[in-house]
Amino acid sequence: MDIKEIYNILKLAFEEGIGEPVTDKPVDPYMIIDAKNINAVCLFLRDEERLQFDYLNCLSGVDYDKDNLAVVYHLSSFALNHKLVLKTVVPKTDPNVPTVSDVWAAADWHEREAYDLIGVIFENHPDLRRILCPEDWEGHSLRKDYKVPEFYNGMKVPY
Amino acid sequence: MGILNKLDTHIEQFESGNIIITSADKLLNWGRLSSMWQMFFGLACCAIEMMATSASHYDLDRFGIIPRPSPRHIDIILISGTVTLKMATRIKRLWEQMPEPKYCLSMGSCANCGGPYWEHGYHVLKGVDRIIPVDVYVPGCPPRPEALLEGLLKLQEKIRNQSLARKTN
Repeated sequence: MDIKEIYNILKLAFEEGIGEPVTDKPVDPYMIIDAKNINAVCLFLRDEERLQFDYLNCLSGVDYDKDNLAVVYHLSSFALNHKLVLKTVVPKTDPNVPTVSDVWAAADWHEREAYDLIGVIFENHPDLRRILCPEDWEGHSLRKDYKVPEFYNGMKVPY
Repeated sequence: MGILNKLDTHIEQFESGNIIITSADKLLNWGRLSSMWQMFFGLACCAIEMMATSASHYDLDRFGIIPRPSPRHIDIILISGTVTLKMATRIKRLWEQMPEPKYCLSMGSCANCGGPYWEHGYHVLKGVDRIIPVDVYVPGCPPRPEALLEGLLKLQEKIRNQSLARKTN
């Protein structure tokens, strides 16, 4: 099933918050979903008979542009052998996205990584701690405007 | 006799063959350099070379270098790879738990100076000598087992020349 058909099914099921498919970019076609809808949309994609997205390939945090962060969801279906990319874009001032770790358990650690390195805050996540950096690390290190600290716990960081 | 060959200088043997006289320094150093027990501990790709060095082909055992699981048993710590800032805190603690006399061998570019992470590695300590004293540096990325062996032999030389009055010279 291609992204247009999936879009039509979603459009019928959800009144708003489903963006038009973007197909003219040199990347996998994607849809932008409103952050407040993302959990419900993902649950629908997983459980709907015609879609059966039973597998979350990857969940990535992105420093999207000057004012926004994004979360990118790569989904696929083993049952029906089709795939889909979703994005959700949130402002840096309020980077809250509902978790999908209750839909696909694989999202748990992916969301912790996106939180650790980019600073997206996943609402209702069961255990939103840093996963790579030390617990007392300051800032989110893959943000474009991240500045390397001069010292960490008394250890000089720059060369 | 193996022990006599190792102690070589400053040694006297009586005719009966049962008594030898040597200096305390020589005897202690011989004991220390012949049983440098190593921390059971690896960090990155250098650890793979370290394991290869321990395995049968290069056989670290023949120098008396045996990996041990507790810092309380340890004479030498091989820093075999990238020291992240998160790990650096743990390495410092392990070092402080090791009993004297203790030695440190820094293996590979990352542990020596940060290696490929020297500029953009916000999470990497640029050289393990910023937190603990290093006795021998082995360059390479990663060093081959022969290079690691050479480093360990250099450390043996260092131990052979130390005296009770001072740790190293």
